[in-house]
Parts: sequence; structure tokens; C-alpha cells
Amino acid sequence: MANITINEVTKKYADHIALDRMCIDIPEQCIYGLLGPNGAGKTTLIRILNQITAPDSGEVRINGELLSQKHIAQIGYLPEERGLYKKMKVGEQAIYLAELKGVKKAEAQKRLKTWFDKFEIGGWWDKKVEELSKGMQQKVQFITTIIHDPQILIFDEPFSGFDPINANLLKEAILELRDKGATILLSTHNMASVEELCDCITLINHGKSILQGRVNDIKRQHDTHQREIIVRADDPNPIYALGDTYNNIKVEQTDLPDETKLTLFSADSNELIARLLGIGQIVAFKEVLPSMNDIFIQEVQSQNQAS
Amino acid sequence: MNKIGLIIKREYLTRVRKRSFLIMTFLGPLLMAAMYIIPIMLALNSGSSSQNMRIAVVDESHWFEDSFKSNEQRTFVNMPGQPIDSVKEMVKTGVFDMALYVPPTQLNIPSNAVVYSIRQVPMEMETYISSVMQKEIEDQKLMAKGVDPEIVSAVKTSVNLSVMRMDEKGNEKETFTQVQFTLGIVLALLVYMFIIFFGGQVMQGVSEEKTNRIIEVIISSVKPFQLMMGKIIGVSLVALTQFVLWILLTGVLYVGFSAFVGLSNPEILSQGTLMSQEITSTDIVNNENVQNILQIVHSIDFGTIIVSFLVFFILGYLLYATLYAAIGSLVDNNTDSQQFTLPVTVPLMVAIISSFYIVNNPDGALSVWLSMIPFTSPISMMVRIPFGVPIWQIVVSVLLLAATFVLMTWLAAKIYRTGILMYGKKLSYKEIFKWLKYK
Repeated sequence: MANITINEVTKKYADHIALDRMCIDIPEQCIYGLLGPNGAGKTTLIRILNQITAPDSGEVRINGELLSQKHIAQIGYLPEERGLYKKMKVGEQAIYLAELKGVKKAEAQKRLKTWFDKFEIGGWWDKKVEELSKGMQQKVQFITTIIHDPQILIFDEPFSGFDPINANLLKEAILELRDKGATILLSTHNMASVEELCDCITLINHGKSILQGRVNDIKRQHDTHQREIIVRADDPNPIYALGDTYNNIKVEQTDLPDETKLTLFSADSNELIARLLGIGQIVAFKEVLPSMNDIFIQEVQSQNQAS
Repeated sequence: MNKIGLIIKREYLTRVRKRSFLIMTFLGPLLMAAMYIIPIMLALNSGSSSQNMRIAVVDESHWFEDSFKSNEQRTFVNMPGQPIDSVKEMVKTGVFDMALYVPPTQLNIPSNAVVYSIRQVPMEMETYISSVMQKEIEDQKLMAKGVDPEIVSAVKTSVNLSVMRMDEKGNEKETFTQVQFTLGIVLALLVYMFIIFFGGQVMQGVSEEKTNRIIEVIISSVKPFQLMMGKIIGVSLVALTQFVLWILLTGVLYVGFSAFVGLSNPEILSQGTLMSQEITSTDIVNNENVQNILQIVHSIDFGTIIVSFLVFFILGYLLYATLYAAIGSLVDNNTDSQQFTLPVTVPLMVAIISSFYIVNNPDGALSVWLSMIPFTSPISMMVRIPFGVPIWQIVVSVLLLAATFVLMTWLAAKIYRTGILMYGKKLSYKEIFKWLKYK
């Protein structure tokens, strides 16, 4: 179990500031999303956590301890730009990468066999990497990222290059790792996977955190109080007539001829429902929360305009 | 430290297992052996395989009719009075292998002649004919001045000039410039080849890791410096392995060849060891010559040469390998490596070209300077070593080289760790200079 505290971390490059007094608290056993447009500073932050670069100022603590060389064995990192030695055999390479993380050879071999079977690539152990398809290489890379049982996992665009079936396999593996106690930092542009996986997120733009918190809380904050009602009636005209009497209702035809959709821009829906009951059958009623995609675009654009 | 060991192991094993390494390992000694064997083969051939050559002599000056001596390899046939054109026809039809034509002269002693032949005239034959004619002409001239050629040959003396190098303690040692010359150039070329070849491997390895995008995975486990040094050391071990294998295999080939040829022709073998001496005649090398060779071999201080070769080769390689690693980290693909490799190859080129000057003047000011400047010293010092270099100069040179290596490693590591993560950006020297200041 590990929690990460990023405190006032700043990193400047020759021509721009990559991170500007960044503060993030990542609780243990959680999937934490790191979002932001290209060039926002996500990769720099991830590289600082991996001690590939050092911050100009500020500090990173893991379980209260300052980040140091000994933490390297506790972190598993799947970079966005990832590859393998093409001419090396798959198994040999996986063992090499595990050994670099401090796993003993025999132990690495045992663990790798298990994971290779789980990801259905056991037969490829003695093949050269260049003979593997891209998806298979991605699987090998994912396995080598987690083979040393790290408490902290950092995934940068983990789903790129996976077909839906394998993406699902990966998703389940990530959730399983979290349930076993790992703290997971997920950097991605795939908003659907953020909604599915992430417990908390930080949205970064121009090196600054512009939105932070639990996914559900953020959605609640951005709630525009929309409700969606679908009514089944052979004659939709009374529904349209009803819609005209309110000024905050939008009525439209769905794909089915006998179903009509009402969008209510208000949290107070009881009265409307009572009146609809007399017109037809209510098939669906749901609260519409903004998608992370909408929130992302809205927040980044409003910040870009402000600056 | 354990991680560096893992990196070294991987770098070493993947390279040694490559097919190209095996090919190089066997090809190298074959080439080296060929350098011994081909001259010997040529010598053997000119001695035995060339059958009797028939030479028609048309001497219209009548000076040389009795001069040319036939033996089992050549038969001279005088064709007095025959027109040269008809003799040329006989050469064409194969009656003779070649025709020697000396044009008529009056009053003066002839000094020109022509050889007609269908095939290439052996060097040996040319030398023989011209030397016989020269001798004859000299004798005639002497006689014209009233000197008996007998007296001339009686006073002919050959001087054996020995060159003795002395040191302060008064120890004297005989030196053989020819051998030192060859040895110096060969050693310099070896260092040069190894630096270019294995330095290039380091560069290629680094840029491969960058292009493959495996680099970020690796440096999340080890420090970039560890990766860079692991690679450099791993490749250096490959170079040493290759070198040792070459020496061993060359030895085996040499011994094998000696057993094959040497038993029947011991004198030819000793000719082979003296590559620098031209093998133009098949004259039997007499006992004195064999003695001479042994003396030459004993005069060479192999201990110093081998130790200093290893020291200068390893340090020189390390210095250049760090530079090559830095360059490798800058390039995405091989096409744009040129602008960065040039500054590294120039000092090597300067050193190798100037080594032809150094062998002629090993203790000159330029030679001493080149063997002190760290970027040229691994090559230039190796040229000077066979001639004998004062110990203090070697020590200073080694220290300078080692210090430069440490400094360059520090600089290269800074460039390397930024460069390996830099993609798709056009780099200038100015930009790279900025990286040195990054934290």
C-alpha cells in the first residue's frame, strides 16, 4: 500500500514551464487519472515520479518518505513511447527487464509463465520480438511493467494499440491490481476509460492543475440538472403540446416511431411525470450527468480563454 | 552496481551471439594469415611453378651475346642476324616466351633494349636482364678507362650498419627501423579500426534503444548513466574478446600453415615472418639471415608493446565510445548522424594520416605533441611505441587520456540523458549546450 504526495513541484525547460507548483495527493489503493491536453506537463510529472528527471523545486513523497532510488523497485511504469529490443527473444527480454527491477531470475521466470498463460501468449516465449504483432508486444510490455509486484503503477495511454477484447482483458487486470492494493496512476486521453476506471482525477493544463477530485464529485459539480424521460404513446401530439407549456423542456422524436424523448433542464421533475402518466407509458427516466469528455473540453477551453 | 552488471551481460551476450560477430572472428585471422601466406605463396610459385622460359635474344649491338646465362628456369637463345620482326612473329606463335631486342649502336655503348612478350613479363626476369646488361656495360666502361673489372669486384665491400639505441645507464640495444616502421603502422591501424568499429557499435546501440522506444522503460529501472556505461563496457568486452580470439586463431592458422609448408621449406617460412622485406628472388636465405631475424624479433620489446597497446586501446576506445554514445542519443535515425559524427572522426583521421609522418620522425615535436593530445594519443603513441618512448611521456599521455575520458564521460552523460528522450526535434549545437546546465 502506498500513497503519493506531490508537493509544489516545478519544472522549467529552456523555453517553457512544464510544471508550475503542482500539488496532487494520490490516496492508496486507488486509480488516479491524470488528464490534460497534449503538452500540458503530464509526461514530465510522470518522469519525475520515475526519477527520470528531477524537479527544479518541490518534492514528491511516497508514504511520507522523500522519493529516492529505493522506490524504483516499487514502481512499475508503462510509458506512452514504449518498445522492446526487436532482436531479443520474448522470454529472455522479459526476464532481463524483471531483473533490472530487482526480481531474482528464477522468481521472474515463475511469475512470467503465469502471466504469459493468463494473457494467452505462452507459446511465444522463445520467439523474437520482431515476430510478434503489435498487440502481443503490448501484452508483453504490460506484463513486464507489473512483474515485480510494484505498489505503484503508472500507465501512460495503456490502451493504445489494443483491440476491444484485449483492452477489456487489460482493464480487468488493472482493476484486479487495484483491488490487490496497488496505487495506480493512469494518464490517458481516452475519457471512456477514465469514467470506467478512475476513482479520482487531476486535470492539468499549461503545467497547472485546473480541476481535481473524485470523478463522481466532479460530475456532480458540473451537473446541469438535466433529466431525460422517454414516453411511449401512439399519438405524440399531446406530448409536444405539453412541452410547449414549459419553457425548459425539449421534445424530440427517438429512432422508434412511438417513442418520444423529453429533456428537462431542471431537477424538479415530479409534476411533469405526473402529467405524462396520463398521456402514455414512461419507458425510461434518467439523470443526465455531463461526461468527462464534456468537462475536459469545457474546463480546458475556459482556462485557455482566461489566460 | 548489480544493475550495471546485468546491462553489461546483456550487451555482451547479444553481440557475441550475433552471426556477424562469428563471421568477423573467423574472417579477421584469415585476412591476417593471408598477409603472411600470400607473399609466401608467390615466392613459392615463382620458384617452382614457372617452367622454363625461352627467350630469344636479338642483339644487334653484339655486346651481350655471351652475357645471359641460362638455367632451369630460363633459356636464352641467341638469334644473330635475324630481323626482330620475324622473331616477334615467333613469340606470337609461342616458339619463344619473349624476345629481347637490343638495337644497333655505333661508337657508343648501348643503354636501351626492348622486351617483347605476349604475357606479363615476371618482375624477376626484368630485374635479371637489366642487371646483367648494367653489369656488362659497367665492365666495358671500366675497361675503356683501363681498369680491370677483376679489381673492381675485389674492392667491392658491403657495409653492415647497425643502429644502437643507448639509454642513460649505457645499455645498448640494436634497432631495426624497417620492423619498427611496420609495427608502428600496424598497431596504429589496429587501434583506429577498433575504435571506429566498436565506437560505431556503441552509437548504433544507443540510437537503436532510442528508435525502438525501449529507452524509457529501461531508464525507469536504471539511471541513464548506468545504461550508458553498461553499454560502453559491454561493447569493450566484446572488442577484447574479438581481439583475443583473433590472436589465438591467427596463431593456430600460423602454426598450422608452418606445419604444412615449413617442414619442407624452413627458409621460406622465415621470409614470411619478415613481411616488410620484399621477396623478389628465390635465393636461399642463408643461416646468417635467420640469425638476423631472430635478432630482430628479440630486439622488439613485446611486453611494453602489448601492455601499452591494451592501455591505449582501452582508454582510447572508452574516450571515443562516450562521445559516440552521446551522438547516438542525439539521432533518431542514421541519416542525420553525419553532422555530429564528423567532429569525432576528424581527430582520428588526423592521427592515422599523421602516423606516416611519425614513423619517419618518431621523436619530432609534432610526433610528441600528437602522442600527448588525448584525442590523437591512442593512435599516435602506438606508432611511436615500437621505436622506444621515454617512460615519463607514456605516463603523462596515459594520465591526460584518462583525465579527458573522465571529463568527457561527465559531459556525454549530460547530453545522453536528455538526448535519449528527445524525439522529432531538429537539434543544434547551441541547444545541446543548454542541456549541460539541466538539473
